[in-house]
Parts: sequence; structure tokens; C-alpha cells
Amino acid sequence: MTENPIVSIKGLNKWYGDFHVLRDVNLEVGKGERIVICGPSGSGKSTLIRCINALEEFQEGEIAVDGIPLGPNLRRVDEVRREVGMVFQSFNLFPHLTVLENCTLAPIWVRNIPQKDAEVSAMKYLERVKIPHQAHKYPGQMSGGQQQRVAIARALTMSPKVMLFDEPTSALDPEMVKEVLDTMVDLAKEGMTMLVVTHEMGFAREVANRVVFMDAGQIIESNTPANFFANPQHARSKLFLSQILRH
Amino acid sequence: MTDTTASSFVREAMVTERSAPVKTTGFVGFLRTRLLNSPTNVLLTILGLLLIWYTVIPAIRFLLVDAVWHGADRNACLAENAGHAVGACWPFINAKLDQFIYGFYPAQERWRVNLTFLLAALLLLPMLIPRLPAKGLNAGLFFFAFPVIAFFLLHGGGLGGFGVNWTASLLVAFADSIKSAGDALVRAAGTTPVVGPLLWLLGQFVVLIGVTLSLILTPLLWVRDQILASGRPVWIDFALTAIIVSVLLFLLSGGVRTGWRTLVTCLASFAGIAIVIAVMGLDRGGLPIVDTRLWGGLLITLVVSVTGIVTSMPIGIALALGRRSTIPLIRLFSIAFIEFWRGVPLITVLFFATYMLPLFLPGNLTIDGLVRALIGISLFTGAYQAEVIRGGLAAIPRGQGEAASALGLSWWKTTALVVMPQALRHVIPGLVNSFISLFKDTSLVSIVALFDLLGQLRASFADPNWATPTTAFTGFAFTGLIYFIFCFGMSRYSLFVEHRLNPYRRN
Repeated sequence: MTENPIVSIKGLNKWYGDFHVLRDVNLEVGKGERIVICGPSGSGKSTLIRCINALEEFQEGEIAVDGIPLGPNLRRVDEVRREVGMVFQSFNLFPHLTVLENCTLAPIWVRNIPQKDAEVSAMKYLERVKIPHQAHKYPGQMSGGQQQRVAIARALTMSPKVMLFDEPTSALDPEMVKEVLDTMVDLAKEGMTMLVVTHEMGFAREVANRVVFMDAGQIIESNTPANFFANPQHARSKLFLSQILRH
Repeated sequence: MTDTTASSFVREAMVTERSAPVKTTGFVGFLRTRLLNSPTNVLLTILGLLLIWYTVIPAIRFLLVDAVWHGADRNACLAENAGHAVGACWPFINAKLDQFIYGFYPAQERWRVNLTFLLAALLLLPMLIPRLPAKGLNAGLFFFAFPVIAFFLLHGGGLGGFGVNWTASLLVAFADSIKSAGDALVRAAGTTPVVGPLLWLLGQFVVLIGVTLSLILTPLLWVRDQILASGRPVWIDFALTAIIVSVLLFLLSGGVRTGWRTLVTCLASFAGIAIVIAVMGLDRGGLPIVDTRLWGGLLITLVVSVTGIVTSMPIGIALALGRRSTIPLIRLFSIAFIEFWRGVPLITVLFFATYMLPLFLPGNLTIDGLVRALIGISLFTGAYQAEVIRGGLAAIPRGQGEAASALGLSWWKTTALVVMPQALRHVIPGLVNSFISLFKDTSLVSIVALFDLLGQLRASFADPNWATPTTAFTGFAFTGLIYFIFCFGMSRYSLFVEHRLNPYRRN
């Protein structure tokens, strides 16, 4: 499907107890590709991207990130996590550290970069998300949108090859959604490989190479945004689009 | 505004800010809204005033107005000599103050206690003031260097050797215990039917391991004997240990490329140790030994409570993490340990540690009575701290750990850098609660013949020179005040830390 995929998921199956959450998921993501994953709640979108950096374990199948295989035993999880950045719905900034410390923690303790260098590089990323002047504030002093942009900068400090976004704008006030989406669009323009779980269909239209629609733990439809929105093939996709695009 | 029929409204002038009505702020406002705002509150206010009248006034009368301030013995504190109703008998405290602070610590050696107190204060105070720099060095000195110095200051005595000697002794004891375990198995094999031969084989195998170990240790023992035979065993052993440890740490931290910092730190630490050894004369036998049975009073109270507080924290953290571990054996051990120590009264623990433990230990092994009590108290408090800390850990959202993992931090680093700092901040009130409770519980050591502040006080009541009707009240008021100063200090400091950390640094 894709030449030299940077993320490849083959035959992924996951159960929560007896509940079959992910069923035979196959997905290949090329370098620089931007994929939006959408679908009704409980369809397994978040679980799928959380499997990619092993925040969830899975029972069958294989995931490879940049050629590093990650089987159900999760043996090479540390190597995979170094290549994959993640942004969460609830930001998950570390509230006891300043913005700058949030961004230097992993470079210092995982990559053993000296503190001075880590701070210089963190400031570079904070400038990219347009909050360099708030570097010494604590996350609790910032708005949700600012916190989420810091979270993006924090993930970028580890220079990941792939970025995962798990509903990055769902916990935000409407006024703040735009600033986060703008940051993500900038990131996409720079060529970052992105897997984004979101309900922001405008973002999908503008940025995505491919839209993946999931329901009941399986991929129902995968298509270019133009085709997906104009001409959905599967009955479930049509229903979903008619529900969310009605307003 | 006037047009109420239209549903549309556009504000033309913004409403400016005004100050609150006078009657709801300030002292008058406080009276009106908090003290006298309803019949019930009026009643409660009156009751409160009466309570103050009946407790504070008599207390001041007893402690200050009617108190006797000067005198040489009990006669000064008797009503017929003083000419009025007698309150607190302060000359009693004055006469017994040394005993309350030092116990039976020999008078000519008490400067050592004072020096220890001074050192503790000099190290502790800068650590507690957030503005002062070098917290890492300060903490290192207080938690690692100070206990050792305090031991040699308070207890006295010197060193017979250093690292090489200690390692050799420890390993020899280890090898010997393996050998004797093997011997025991072989002996048991003779009396056990059926599985006897199997036990015999196992025993011989264990003995073989023990013998092999001691063979491996032979060169180390030879080095030790050479050192001990030389003129200055402590210094030669010290130099050897310093070289071995420095080289090892240098190589472990990356050798020529990144190890220089570690090497410098290591050499500086050894230089510090050398200075302490030289100044205190530890290589020449050190200060005269003062047996812990002679320690007493505030000295015991502080030694027991500070040791308990400092050692219970790492124990508590380890147990709290163990109890949340996914590894069943560790979790089971932690639960059993915590529940055991929480299920037993502290008095039982102290009693067991003091009178029963020696019966179980091998005959040649004796542990000082104070040390046994300290171990008991540390484990006991550690179990309580574990549950407090576990509460803090439970309050940290799962996303925090996930975010740290997603950044590539290992479990240990996630715990040490992200989860534990937040968890400990959440439970500062609970932790300090345990500290305060421990500080007061130290008086329980008097049941195992250690005389802490309260024990020393009660002992002093037996002195017929000071037997007056108010001696006991005075003594308890005085010790109560000392306990209060320490506990209230801890309480206020914890509040200060909480406020400092509170504003934006919590979830």
C-alpha cells in the first residue's frame, strides 16, 4: 500500500476482558502522511492510537514504528516511545513543574542532554507554538488552549518521527480550539507525520491526506478527505456524516 | 433601560467598580456577620467568652501571678513560706533543667550534646528556608553526614578500620552463615526419613557454596590482615577505599568522557570524611564512649523522633509503591508488612524489640537498646506513612503517568520525577500529622527503660527535696510547653510549605 511505511499495523486485535475492542485493524502510514481518525464514541479510535506507543497492550497482531517491531509482549516499548510523541485530550502537563521544566524533563532524563542545551531547544519549540514568554509560568496559570500548545511543544522536544493526537481539542472552550488547530496545521505544513483522532471535520478537510472512519473496533472506510466527505461509501459513514454535519 | 417592552438591549456605559458596603467589612462587619448575626450565634459567642474566662485566666494566675520564681528547695514553694497561694514552682524546673535536657549524660561531656544540637540547627534551618541556595548539598549533609557525626559525637568511640575491613567482615559473616545453614541441613538429614538423602545432598551442596565463597574471599582477607597489621590501619584502609570507590564510580558514570563531575564529587566527599576522622580523632579511639543507657531527657526525645521521621519516609515511600506494584510478590509482601505493623500497638513493638528480640538473635550478636527501639519505631511509623503516601498516589490522575511514559521516561523516572513529587505534595498534612504524632509517641520509650523528656520528668518527681503540692503541675506544664513548641512549629511550617506550593502547582 505505502512505500516504507513509518507506522505499520498488521492484524491488530485487542480485548478488554471479553470485550473485543479492536478487530483485525490494518493500517499503514507513510512518512509525512497526515491521517485523521474519526468515528462514534466507543469505536476504538483512541485505543488504536494508544496501542501505537504501547500505552495500551494488545493481544494479537504487530505494530512497527520506523522499523521497530512492537508485538504483544511490548519488548521494545522504550525505543518505540522515543520515536512517537503524543498529545492527550486532557493535556496532562505536569502541574508541579513550570512550562519550561515540562519541556526539558524528558530531553534531560531520557536523552541525557545537558540542562542548558535542553532549555535552549525547549525555548525554540515554545516559540513555535507561540508561548515563549510564558515559559516560567505553571500550567495551572494558563488557559486550556495554551496548555495544549505547551503539551504539543513538550512532545516535539523529543524530536519524534510520528505525532499522535488523542482528541486534542475536545476539552477546550470553543474560542480556544482555533489556536490549537492552527498549531497543528503549522506542524502538518512542516511535514510531520500525524495521526489525529478528532471530530474537527474542518481540520480533516484542510490538512489530512486520508480520513479513516472507525466503528465497532474496525476500520469501516479509509479515503481522501474530498471523497470521504463528498461521497462516503459505507452506510455507517453516511449516517455518521449526516449526524455530525447537520448543524 | 427604560424601554422594557423591547427585547433587545445594548449597554452604552459600563458599570464602574464600587467598594463593598461598610457594614459587611472590617471589625464591625465581623461582629455583625460572624458573632452576633443570629440568636444561636449570640449564645455561642457568650459561651465562648465564658470558656476563655474560666480557662485562660486561671492558667495565667497559676503560671505567672501566683508562681514562685526563686528558691533553693521545696521550702520556697510552700504556701506557708511564700505567704500566698502558690502556683507554679519554677525553681524546681531551674534545678532539674539539665536533667530534663541531658538525662544522666555525664556533666563534663554535655558540650557534645550541645554541639550536636547546634550542628543540627545549623544544617536544618537553612534547609527549611526556601530562599537559601545549595539545597542539594545541604540535604546531603543533613541526611548522610550529620547522622554519622552525631553518632560519634553523642556515643563516642572510634574506628577500627574502614571500607575494606567492613566489606571483608560482612562477606565473611555471609559465607559463614551459608556454611552453617548447609551444616544444619546435613544434620537434619540424619534424623529425617525418606527425604533424608536428598536433604543431605542439598546440605553438602550449600556447604560447598559456602566453602567456595570463603575461598574466593581469601585474597580480600589477606589484604585486610595486612592493613590491620600496619601501623595506621584506619588511614591505609581509608585511602584504599577512597581509591577503589572513586575509580569504580568514575568508570560507572562514563569514564574519561562524562565521569569527571562524579569523580570530583566523590573525592570531595572522601576529603570531607577524612577531615571528620582527623578532627574527631576517630582513628585514635575518638571521644570517650557514653553508653546510651545514660542518655535521657530532651536528647532522647529528639534522637528518637528525628531518626523516626527521617527513616520512616523512605520506608513509607517504598512500601506505598510496593503496595501498588503489579508484581504479586512485592505487593503481597508490602500489604503483609503494612498490615502487621499497623495491627500492633507501638508499646508491643517497643517491648518486643527490647526484651524479646535478644532471645531470637544469635548469642554473639547484641544490638544497643536505643537502636532496637529506633528500628521498631522507624518500621512502625514507616507503615503508617506508607498508607498516607498511598493516598497521595491514588490522587494522581492516570494521565500523568501516561504522559511521562509517552515521553519515554521509565517507570522509575516517572515515579521519581512526576508521580511522587505530586503525591507527596497532596499529603503534606497527613505526613506532618504522623510526624507530630510520632514526636509525642516517643514518650512511650520510657516503658523500655529509656528516659525521654517525660520519663525524666516523672523520675524527678521522686526527689524529696522538691516534693510540693504543685511540683507535678509545674513539671507537666513545662514539658507540655516544650512539646507544644516543637509540634506547633512543625504544624506551622507544614502550613507554610502548603501555601507556598498551593497556588498553581496542583491539579
